[in-house]
Amino acid sequence: MSSIARQIRRSVQQKQSAQRINLNDLEKRLLDAFQRGLPLSPTPYRDMAETLGTSEALVLKILKRLQNLGVISRIGPVFKPKRIGASTLAAMSVPPEKLDQVASVISSYHEVNHNYERENIYNLWFVVTAPSSTRLGEVLSEMEQVTGYPILNLPLIKQHHIDLGFPLWC
Amino acid sequence: MVLSKQDYQLIAEIQDGLPLSSRPYTEIGDRLGLSEQQVIERIGALQESGVIKRMGIVVRHHELGYTANAMVVWDVPDDQVDAVGEQLGSQPCVTLCYQRPRKLPQWPYNLFCMIHGQQRERVLDHINRIVESQGLQQIPRKILFSGKRYKQRGAKYQ
Repeated sequence: MSSIARQIRRSVQQKQSAQRINLNDLEKRLLDAFQRGLPLSPTPYRDMAETLGTSEALVLKILKRLQNLGVISRIGPVFKPKRIGASTLAAMSVPPEKLDQVASVISSYHEVNHNYERENIYNLWFVVTAPSSTRLGEVLSEMEQVTGYPILNLPLIKQHHIDLGFPLWC
Repeated sequence: MVLSKQDYQLIAEIQDGLPLSSRPYTEIGDRLGLSEQQVIERIGALQESGVIKRMGIVVRHHELGYTANAMVVWDVPDDQVDAVGEQLGSQPCVTLCYQRPRKLPQWPYNLFCMIHGQQRERVLDHINRIVESQGLQQIPRKILFSGKRYKQRGAKYQ
């Protein structure tokens, strides 16, 4: 196995063995209130603190802590798909014993931002994003050649949900 | 909306997240040679035009114990796919709902939605409740739970 494959496998194992993190009441309220609607004011964190009845310093401390723990990936934008560049959902059907190896090849592309195993004949699912549809097509063909498995290319036709973030009671 | 070179520079600066400091938009402006007010206005314009669909805290649910992640795929007759998509997309705990092309014969499904939960059984119960309450019993579906997460980060556009 290549060293990049070992690294990816190690990071997957570390994440899977990570302890579940418990949030206190203020942390939950912060995450439920501001997955969207970040104040576009000069002092967004102070405004968030005022809404929650706490201090800017505490809001910043919580955000830094949750970011370090990996609970928050960032405070910032979520882009609408298909508006900038080109992207698609792709799937591959890979023999189980080869899955980790093929997955590490797919993950090594910087055009890939999500890459998951799923329970199906198509057992590897990933999202590919590129600056243009031409480049996207090139990346997909290269992946097929390098891995030897055909790709199911499932680009977005239409979005039906309104993205409101994710309530923590689900 | 046509994006300018400056818009792309701004997107590059903010796509990994805003600085965690009192005046984050000032910091971003300093790096781009823009005023705080210009940064705020431009981000507002990108939101209004729909390039940015939301600005906020991007949560990684897996770390909070939301490890049961089901992609439910449906084979909906073409003349019903919009209606069923709207129905599913507005259900609680359905985080994404997309129409995508079928690839026959190997892939007959044209509607994809994502449902997260803390336990597999609860997610399955929730899916069953949605199917019954929305009258979707006749629509063929498959549930693909996720296994290993090999990679997960926000999309890059630069």
